[in-house]
Amino acid sequence: MSLSPTARAARAFGANPAALAGLVMLGAMVIAVGVGPWLYGVDPLEIVAPPLSAPDGEAPFGTDYLGRDILAAVLLGGRATMLVGVTAAFLSVVIGVTIGATAGYLGGRVDAALMRVTEFFQVLPALLFAMVVVMLFRPSLVTVALSIGVVSWTGTARLARAEFMRLKGLEFVEAARAEGATDLRIVFRVILPNGMAPLIVSATLAVGAAMLFEGGLSFLGLGDPNAITWGRMIGQNRSYLLDAWWTVTFPGLALFVTVLSVALLGDGINDALDPRRGSSA
Amino acid sequence: MSRLVWLGRRLVHAFGLMLAVLVLNFVLVHLAPGDPADVIAGEMGGASAQVMAEIRAAYGLDRSIGEQLVRYLGHVLSGDLGFSFYFNRPVTALVFSRMGATALLVASAIVAALVLGTWLGVIAARRPRGVAAQLVAVFSVAGFAAPVFWTGMMFLLLFASYWPIFPVSGMENAGTPRVGFARVLDIAHHLVLPAMTLALIYLAQYSRQARTGMLTALAADYIRTARAKGLGETRVVYRHALRNALIPVITIAGLQFGQVLAGAVLVETVYSWPGLGRLAYESILRRDSPTLLGVLLGSSVMVIVANLLTDAAYRLADPRMRTQ
Repeated sequence: MSLSPTARAARAFGANPAALAGLVMLGAMVIAVGVGPWLYGVDPLEIVAPPLSAPDGEAPFGTDYLGRDILAAVLLGGRATMLVGVTAAFLSVVIGVTIGATAGYLGGRVDAALMRVTEFFQVLPALLFAMVVVMLFRPSLVTVALSIGVVSWTGTARLARAEFMRLKGLEFVEAARAEGATDLRIVFRVILPNGMAPLIVSATLAVGAAMLFEGGLSFLGLGDPNAITWGRMIGQNRSYLLDAWWTVTFPGLALFVTVLSVALLGDGINDALDPRRGSSA
Repeated sequence: MSRLVWLGRRLVHAFGLMLAVLVLNFVLVHLAPGDPADVIAGEMGGASAQVMAEIRAAYGLDRSIGEQLVRYLGHVLSGDLGFSFYFNRPVTALVFSRMGATALLVASAIVAALVLGTWLGVIAARRPRGVAAQLVAVFSVAGFAAPVFWTGMMFLLLFASYWPIFPVSGMENAGTPRVGFARVLDIAHHLVLPAMTLALIYLAQYSRQARTGMLTALAADYIRTARAKGLGETRVVYRHALRNALIPVITIAGLQFGQVLAGAVLVETVYSWPGLGRLAYESILRRDSPTLLGVLLGSSVMVIVANLLTDAAYRLADPRMRTQ
């Protein structure tokens, strides 16, 4: 009964099988991508077997249209995908929280203006806009991550705005203000820690969404031409789909499992941090 | 009168959003390395400095930024989006010719996701521990996590190759074009896989939303009143509760139109569906930026129109919205 909120949340998380499964799966994928290429030891660019060989003992995931080992590419390809996903999600959360917090805390005209900007970015079809940006500024991991971050912050901004509007009128904020705290201090040290729970969930889901986004861009041929990513493997092998299912299935499965584990983790954190759910589960 | 004022306001607002999209397009093109003259010279297979200067003068690239922006806005507002060298057609005509296919795909996907999602959500809310509730729980996570272009290809493997019950690509049978009702059936047959692929993502979200909405609605006082009056359970659920539970689902569906459109880019590419998304993909392959910008503009207009229609439908459906 006298548990700290963190301990209570950790306990709720630990009692949630789906959330634990997500954590374990994500851990496994990160380890596979982190040390897998080194353990497996096959160069993903080297031709090891005839083109489009079916999966066997030699190449467990088969080979692609040039005869390169697909497992080696899946292991290495996860690095760029995860890196871009995390960077883009971080960027989108920073933009979203900054805009949402400013709008929610200051209110009035600033709020109205910032919400106009948010609405504008919601109207813009995100993927098409990112496609235009990447194509005009030549594709690289940096431009891809930047363009994803710039188009996917609107949800976080709305969430942060709602939290700040809700919290800014509460007594503990009044108390801080009465003590003479500056606006900056109130925003970062008083309100933000209390509004953290929904933002953490949103940030977790943003990582998943950004990895899918990167997958889509690379699939369309707008990824970094020097990096192997899961989406790019799917895009490059798509003409061989009906003759060689393994060329497309395994990279897609890797992306699916990674995003699925991130989503399960996000849902688990959400349930664990929501005190209303704590007693019933 | 108030209805006209409302409509006028919404139209001005929509126009403002469109202008903002245009200005953003313009700024992006100007921030990007290289200018359109380089691209044109590239198409021609290289050009001397003098020819480059002539191209710049012909397209007004030698004027000030402000002047160029006004020129650009003037062109676009009079319906001129430039010329696609690859397709050898004006971009405006190109974009319009592809809009119908995309609208068909997106509308079918949204309707399928709304109907199936609501149905799953209602069943899940009525029996929280039943099979449907478990399905909704699994769907809502898996639907978010599955890369739509990959799901599409897995569907192709299953339903076009392993059990060849649906066509692999395109919107119509190319070999023997049909007419009349046979053509409608043919297009519907081609539509099933792409529409289901696209619907799957949103099916997940709508079912979740419908479930939450139903749970809230079923706990409300007016439902207890309806039951106390002796109304049948089916009537209570479908006539009384569902109406209120649907409002947030429709709001989300309207707001997400832009995202569905983005998903359509990937789905159209997988299934070679001849819409705006496929056009975007083709224009990337050819580095045809006027066409890609035209697609961005065309789809933004579609989103703005869709939002306007959602708002109007909303006002018709919910009397409370009219007094605000």
